[in-house]
Amino acid sequence: MTETTTHAMALSPQDLPKASSFFKPHRIFLMLLFATLVFCIAWFMRWDWLPRYLPRLGSGMLVTLAMLFSTAALGFLFAVPLGLVQVTGPRPLKWAASWFCTIIRGTPLLLQLWLLYYGLGSLFPQFPAIRQSFLWPYLRESWPYGVAALTISFAAYEGEVMRGAFAGVPAGELEAGRAYGMSRWTLFRRIWLPRALHRALPTLNGETVLQLKSTPLVATITVVDLYAVISRVRQETFLTYEPLLLLALIYMGLTGLLVIAFKYFENRIPTRGA
Amino acid sequence: MFKTGSLPDAGRQFMTDSAQAIAVSDLHKRFGPLEVLKGVSLTAKKGDVIAIIGGSGSGKSTFLRCINMLELPTAGTVTIHGETIAMKKDGHGGQLPADRRQVQRLRTQLGMVFQSFNLWQHMTILQNVTEVPIHVLGKSKAEAIETAEALLRRVGLYEKRDAYPAFLSGGQQQRAAIARALAIQPLVMLFDEPTSALDPELVGEVLNVIGDLAKEKRTMILVTHEMKFAREVANHIVFLADGLIEEQGPPDAIFGAPKSERLKRFISSIH
Repeated sequence: MTETTTHAMALSPQDLPKASSFFKPHRIFLMLLFATLVFCIAWFMRWDWLPRYLPRLGSGMLVTLAMLFSTAALGFLFAVPLGLVQVTGPRPLKWAASWFCTIIRGTPLLLQLWLLYYGLGSLFPQFPAIRQSFLWPYLRESWPYGVAALTISFAAYEGEVMRGAFAGVPAGELEAGRAYGMSRWTLFRRIWLPRALHRALPTLNGETVLQLKSTPLVATITVVDLYAVISRVRQETFLTYEPLLLLALIYMGLTGLLVIAFKYFENRIPTRGA
Repeated sequence: MFKTGSLPDAGRQFMTDSAQAIAVSDLHKRFGPLEVLKGVSLTAKKGDVIAIIGGSGSGKSTFLRCINMLELPTAGTVTIHGETIAMKKDGHGGQLPADRRQVQRLRTQLGMVFQSFNLWQHMTILQNVTEVPIHVLGKSKAEAIETAEALLRRVGLYEKRDAYPAFLSGGQQQRAAIARALAIQPLVMLFDEPTSALDPELVGEVLNVIGDLAKEKRTMILVTHEMKFAREVANHIVFLADGLIEEQGPPDAIFGAPKSERLKRFISSIH
């Protein structure tokens, strides 16, 4: 393994294209093509509705981001123990976790969402105890069911990812921790979890992007996220392509930001090939 | 009258438990039907350098790993610095440590060096060395870093302190692992075939470091295949065969005038 392979893992200034390389004929052709496309989209399509909907698009985006980050963070908190007990837990816990992951991963997210919202959500009001509890103002809303469904789904997928990551940490490194007198908790906190996390980061990156693109499902239970706002635009303006193009662009931008953020964390600890 | 740490050899035989670093008594280890250790006893006084030799499968690594309970001995006791590790029956014919905290505390007296280094790959070399002092022994960060940098200088890795283990050669990794073990200021250093995983040209740099430690009368138990090295640095050689101590004694006696047939064959086979 040489230094060049290691550098290939990280993006460094010399990897970026040089100014002169922009002026090769095929590049100029592609850039012109792209410019034409952007021009046509801006000139021949209708964008006059955009300023009117900007505030609503902004709040929709906030809802989408809140859905993504809250469910990814919560889901990950559940995923760590789900993965851990599948590697070291006592047998009943191991089975429970593995069944949970299998069932959730084996059924459509849309189904889970509707079961929670139309199922549980319609059962709750029948119990006076729930109606009188401090939770009722929230349980009456639709977003808690969206958060719950997305969290459960993320936890199940990431539980599997973390199971693999925990199992993949070399036994010798854990043994070294034990040999120097680390307690189980110190070993977990200082060696096992950070080492597993680092191994899992590239996968978690992809899964978080997938989670972003699962969030529009909450629009089906009346949560007004970005997708719901765009649907409203389509209903009110009778436009099809323009709002959807904008939606695609926004999701692509968000995905790009997520990838860059994860890459930053991945590159904080350089790895060598393998 | 005597300064501690510089007791003349003649004085050592009169000293009792306080001079005893490790005492292992009648250690048995069984893996299923296979009995790897069949009753091994060994005492290491402070300042002893004991080399354990033997063919593969003779149980020498298992014995070393039983000392710090990485392998749980099926029977027998381990005493570290006069304190015997309390064991209880596990209900399957073996035994378990009765008090996990006691084991954890006593392990900080034992600086283990592994065959495959086992450095923590997500930490820099310096972080590897300061990890246990800070997070197990509760040293301050500044103090731990100061000690670690001195140790890294000593093993010739000060310049590599901010590198990650994967970017170091095997010899460098093993020297870093030795610094990591020294950083806990152990009573005894345990070496489990520290050069077996190294390319031949990297063995020397690691042996030099271990040899220096032996010269300063650091207590060490060393499992090794490097017979020439064992003869040079150890003051006591233990030859294990089939889970029992076949022969032991000073290096010159073991290598110069082996008594048992097996040891004779073993020594002639490696020369």
